[in-house]
Amino acid sequence: MRLGRNHALLNLHLALVYAFLYGPILVLVALSFNRAGLPTAWTGFSLRWYEALAGNESIRQAVVNTLIVATVSTLIATAIGTLLAIGVERGRSGPVLDAALFAPMIIPDIVLAIALLSFYSMVKLSLGLHSIVLSHVVFNIAFVAAVVRTRLKHFDWSVVEVSADLGASALTTFRLVTLPIIFPGVLAAALLAFTLSVDEFIIAYFTSGAGPSSTTFPIRIYSMIRFGVTPEINAVATIVMGVSFTLVLASQRLLGERRRS
Amino acid sequence: MSRIPLRIMTPALRRAALMAPGLGWLALFLLVPCLLVFALSFFERGLYGGVDYVFTLENYRRALEPLYRSILINSAWLALLATFVSALIGYPAAYAIAKAPARWQSALLVLVMLPFWSNYLIRTYAWIVLLNREGLINRALAELGATQPLPLLYNDFAIVLGLVYGYLPFMVLAIYASLSRLDPALLEQSADLGASAISTFLRITLPLTLPGLAAGSVFVFVLSIGNFITPDLLGGGRRLMVGNLIYKQFLSARDWPFGSSLAFLLIALMMLLLFAQAVLVRRSGGERPA
Repeated sequence: MRLGRNHALLNLHLALVYAFLYGPILVLVALSFNRAGLPTAWTGFSLRWYEALAGNESIRQAVVNTLIVATVSTLIATAIGTLLAIGVERGRSGPVLDAALFAPMIIPDIVLAIALLSFYSMVKLSLGLHSIVLSHVVFNIAFVAAVVRTRLKHFDWSVVEVSADLGASALTTFRLVTLPIIFPGVLAAALLAFTLSVDEFIIAYFTSGAGPSSTTFPIRIYSMIRFGVTPEINAVATIVMGVSFTLVLASQRLLGERRRS
Repeated sequence: MSRIPLRIMTPALRRAALMAPGLGWLALFLLVPCLLVFALSFFERGLYGGVDYVFTLENYRRALEPLYRSILINSAWLALLATFVSALIGYPAAYAIAKAPARWQSALLVLVMLPFWSNYLIRTYAWIVLLNREGLINRALAELGATQPLPLLYNDFAIVLGLVYGYLPFMVLAIYASLSRLDPALLEQSADLGASAISTFLRITLPLTLPGLAAGSVFVFVLSIGNFITPDLLGGGRRLMVGNLIYKQFLSARDWPFGSSLAFLLIALMMLLLFAQAVLVRRSGGERPA
């Protein structure tokens, strides 16, 4: 009897935790369709805030910038992060290597941001979309390597040796044997890297330089929030959350397939 | 021609070649910039916001002046509160997931982690909508007859709430990882020997999941103390945390050496905590029967 009650209490607690995590997001989604836009009262369903966004030139430019940064940094990070993961898993990883791969994930964003800004100003690198890309690759390498490494944990290296014994070059083996096997993991890692880059604000803010040509979407969102609570942000939030959740769920699906099989 | 050099590579060489681009990138864009920050923290600020390459310990002395010391202590205090609240909420949540039917567990975990992968700015903004004077919560309270709006936003409460909201998923995940490794036979034996559910929890479950609790706590604390967005947006800039202070030194006060010393203090604290946690994990791992 007592155990059953404890169990129900635990599940109630878990339900409340999910309500805490998703409630605020759902409020924004609901408000984005509210004619009044602000939480004063529900004045009817409306898409006017989405229409207002579509007509906003500076937001459109920021979205394009973000897509450029996220695409390029994801491509670079996925390529070298995957190679890194394979290299690490082919041998024994020591504490130094583990720390090096963990550091970019745990270092406070603000510290990485000022460190990169100092570095770019030291080597006299101009700031713009390219410097944001260089910076985003740093944390994305670590995330890609971490995701691909979990996939490689179950990898049977003997297939690589067989391929080499049969006379395939290292490149051919990689292209025809290793990559197809780990591909779902690589794709999942790329989706996550893309999501992280699309949402990243502080490092982009410090390493973007000035001007709308290098303003990314999160930088734009930040200035909208600083400006005050406006209904357009709710529409922005709904779209951004929808895209992130879709990409992450897709990546989890890719990773889950392996576990089930 | 190109096939031959690849073939004669030893496995160790090939492994190094695979890792070289990634580790090289991290060395150039993570290690070197961090070392640069460390070096900058020992120089003087230039007259017009640049850096004078004269050795000094002044930046660290200044970081420990009462004004800045109180900001450092305040940051640590808020991060500690956020860690404590996350543990209090996160442990039972992780426990509930670990007790759920096996086929639901991974879905429940994905549901916990999903918000982490989405936009932190927007998740923080959602709390402004909920907490401000004309926000949803104060409106609901007014409907219920409250005459004065509650000051929910722009204070320490809002900052801690925002930090817990942002980092609770890490706590749940870390504790769940420990709980899922727990041998159910141990708990059954304890019950068979007549221990109550509470005594089994306190004597077996809790001590054995301490490494997970510690890992989750270090994550939440480290991410919280270095946070910039939450104190900026939910604290309204009135309560500074060390992240805001670093931001100001770089973008408005233009005192890079002082900002660097603060950043380095943050990194040093972080490394100390991660090291302590690694030692704890190793020690508890060593004691566990094979």
